Amino acid sequence: MENKEAYPANDAAQDVKDSSRRNFIKQSTLLTAVALTPGTAIKAAADHIDEQIAAVFEKMPLKMQVNGKTQNLSVEPRATLLDILREQLDLTGTKKGCDHGQCGACTVHVDGHRINSCLTLGVMMNGRKITTIEGLANGNQLHPMQEAFIKHDGFQCGYCTPGQIMSAVACIREGHANSEHEIREYMSGNICRCGAYPNIVNAIQEVKDGGMAV
Amino acid sequence: MKTAINKTMPSSAEGMSRVDGRLKVTGAAKYSAEYTPKGLTYGVLAGSTITKGNIIAIDTKAAERAPGVLAVITHLNAPKVPGDQPEKGKAADAKGALKVFYDDKIYYNGQPVAIVVADTFERALFAASLVKAQYKTEKHITSLPDNRDKGFPPRGEGTYKRGTEDAWKLAPFKVEQEYIVPTVTHNPMELHAIIANWDTDNKLTVWDKTQGVKDTQGDLAHLFKLPKENVQVHSQFVGGAFGSALRTWPHEVAAILAAKVVKRPVKVVLSRADMFTSVGYRPFTWQKIGIGATADGKLTGITHEAAGQTSSYENFTEGPTGVSQSLYACPNVNTKYHLVALDIATPTWMRGPGEATGAFALESALDELSYQLKLDPVELRLRNYAQTDPGSGKPFSSKFLNEAYQLGSDHIGWKDRKQEPGTVKQNGWYVGYGMGGGMFGAYRAGATIRAKFNADGTLLLQSAVSDIGPGTGTAMVLIAAEQLGIPAEKIRFELGDSSLPNAPTQGGSATTASVGSAVYKACADLKEKFQKLAGNGATNNPDYTKILKDSGLPSLEVVSETDGGNGMQKYAMNSWSVHFVKVLVNAATGVVKIDKVACVSDCGKVISPKTARSQVIGGAIGGLGMALMEESIIDHRYGRYINNNFADYHVPVNADIPQIDALFVNKPDPIINPMGAKGMAEIALIGMAAAVANAVYNASGKRVRDLPITPDKVMA
Repeated sequence: MENKEAYPANDAAQDVKDSSRRNFIKQSTLLTAVALTPGTAIKAAADHIDEQIAAVFEKMPLKMQVNGKTQNLSVEPRATLLDILREQLDLTGTKKGCDHGQCGACTVHVDGHRINSCLTLGVMMNGRKITTIEGLANGNQLHPMQEAFIKHDGFQCGYCTPGQIMSAVACIREGHANSEHEIREYMSGNICRCGAYPNIVNAIQEVKDGGMAV
Repeated sequence: MKTAINKTMPSSAEGMSRVDGRLKVTGAAKYSAEYTPKGLTYGVLAGSTITKGNIIAIDTKAAERAPGVLAVITHLNAPKVPGDQPEKGKAADAKGALKVFYDDKIYYNGQPVAIVVADTFERALFAASLVKAQYKTEKHITSLPDNRDKGFPPRGEGTYKRGTEDAWKLAPFKVEQEYIVPTVTHNPMELHAIIANWDTDNKLTVWDKTQGVKDTQGDLAHLFKLPKENVQVHSQFVGGAFGSALRTWPHEVAAILAAKVVKRPVKVVLSRADMFTSVGYRPFTWQKIGIGATADGKLTGITHEAAGQTSSYENFTEGPTGVSQSLYACPNVNTKYHLVALDIATPTWMRGPGEATGAFALESALDELSYQLKLDPVELRLRNYAQTDPGSGKPFSSKFLNEAYQLGSDHIGWKDRKQEPGTVKQNGWYVGYGMGGGMFGAYRAGATIRAKFNADGTLLLQSAVSDIGPGTGTAMVLIAAEQLGIPAEKIRFELGDSSLPNAPTQGGSATTASVGSAVYKACADLKEKFQKLAGNGATNNPDYTKILKDSGLPSLEVVSETDGGNGMQKYAMNSWSVHFVKVLVNAATGVVKIDKVACVSDCGKVISPKTARSQVIGGAIGGLGMALMEESIIDHRYGRYINNNFADYHVPVNADIPQIDALFVNKPDPIINPMGAKGMAEIALIGMAAAVANAVYNASGKRVRDLPITPDKVMA
């Protein structure tokens, strides 16, 4: 995020950094592979900004489309799609409920299919099209599933709701919404602790039976 | 009220939709972890790997050297929390909330021993794994059944007696049984989270998951010795809590300390595993009930004993035996409540605290008694119907529980229930019916509302109250729309901000009764002000915008305060519920399937039919989870939770839950407040676990007295 990157490095914290890595960067022949003159790098190390340089090595480029917009990012390989959406792109509609793929709060669409974004590393998403809850409506015109969730009160606290709605849309697209029983089964990866399940089923049935494009 | 339901069972589409629904379905609703103050950093807690003892050394070097790390804070280098320091005249070892990073003592497994702050979440998470503590370990105890002999009576809540002690023993029909409610964890979907920032050395801002911004403000002001107005708490959206955000927890203080050290905002989001150790739980409770009746089903005596777990550093009480004192007319009742201090974190209130636990035992025991008497369980309850409060002798402010019994039994098809258990079998499944109910105090506290009517015809209502999900804003808007006779869409309700007018913490099912009273009064005050402005010819339905225009005023504002009312002096005030359940029990596997549920609430006038229905269904599902699957399990050898995730700690999922019918008696309580509205959050859950256990018995003939009712227990 712009704010965070613009923030000056904390000097006190930089002083306690691992000296071995600093030395590595000073000596590394890898430096010749980057468009940096050794003199600049050594000066950088002396100025205690070597961690930032190291961070460049540790990051990988990621180009993905999110809600129709191309994002060119530089991410750590260990960063999940969920954390990239929430922390780097400020798309906080996608929620973290367990970080273990057990609750569904982080459900997004990748190339039209629902996935748990907490179980997906960002670097796996190169060239993919991501849709989050923020990208579901058509401008001010809510998606029929969003309308149905409001009408049937398919939530209380609202925290699992984005994941439920993304899952619900996929559930119909997959052809898994042909009966109340089937909807319940295919929506069971999305936990709602407030207990809105019957209302969620009603909302999905209304959209399905209404034959609206999802 | 014209917006109120005119039938007992609304559908999911009936009534006004939530005022914040659009924000919630578009992802625009912002929860505590979702703000980005300039310079935001990330804090991750490292927890104790032992259960009891002392930290003898803590190696933070590797963590400090890890990329992006800004600080590693432990008890050795943490700034002092002024409010945690010993007070003069108070014992230094007095019991109380856990003081984070205070000293080297370990009271429970997972207790925070360090917080690592870094510039990204990934870096903080990794670095936290590098913190290594060495401990001197002491022998711990974490099992309540193994340590019940260590129980002690909590101050003021130990024993109760009316009439003759243990009178049930002399009754011709009697039951004496033990019941277990295991540790159950709130597990709201939103992980507890806080962003803390010191605006200046003595000004603190937090975005915090809390059920009460004013309480949190007060707690933090006390802990950090700041004037209250220097602590700003934001909690506009709360992703569920069910009690877990009723108090200030160690991770909140840790984040605030960390922000002080790094001089930048710090965000701390608990992990799901942390949610089992860091923000309370419903305490494991052992209970024993002795209950006796005459041959015609008149109760002669109830003895109710309970022992609940608490931590070694703090006493937590929730009064599980209270329900036996008040639910039925019974001349002889004695109860005893003990706490057992274990090496675990302190429990806290969870939806229906006390009553949910007590009602499982009492309503199960009553069901057992009904089979001895060969009497319909509903009829047994009607024969012991309390017309006045058996404890205090006071009249009830209102009680229509008998109507609730009728509504529920008609709806579930109770007439199809066979008194003889295990006699109905269809396609390999036993079929059975059960019922169980409960009560919860109908509380009301003082609240203040600022109401501002603008020239464009809009009304702004402001209150500090939190909304953890029930739809507080929606109910308040409906009350104001009704009172002022203006469309709901012209009204905005602002909440979740400590700088707004006073409101009680959202808990104890008291928000609508309390804040709603203030909204009601603010509307009356506003109307009166308009009528005065209009002078002669003012009607009961003034044209507000015209009056403002004629007077040349941009707006008109009132600040109205209400107190908690004085109903409690003369009346016993409660909400009541009864749940009817039809279950299927698989004859070969013991699997229990919930087939049909009817929940009836006697909670006064229903203000917002759509959200009330959802709240009752939600409470019912919480109760079904408690009945069938929820249990936080400790491996007592290590004192550590072993199912601290959603794969192993089962909560109900969609496939577990049928359509649930929420019915309302919907008769106003004439005492509690001008709307006649009582709370419904707790009673929606209280009694459900017993209803399921009773249905399982009716279906299969198997009585399960220790929750949850898992297939192994049904087959045992």
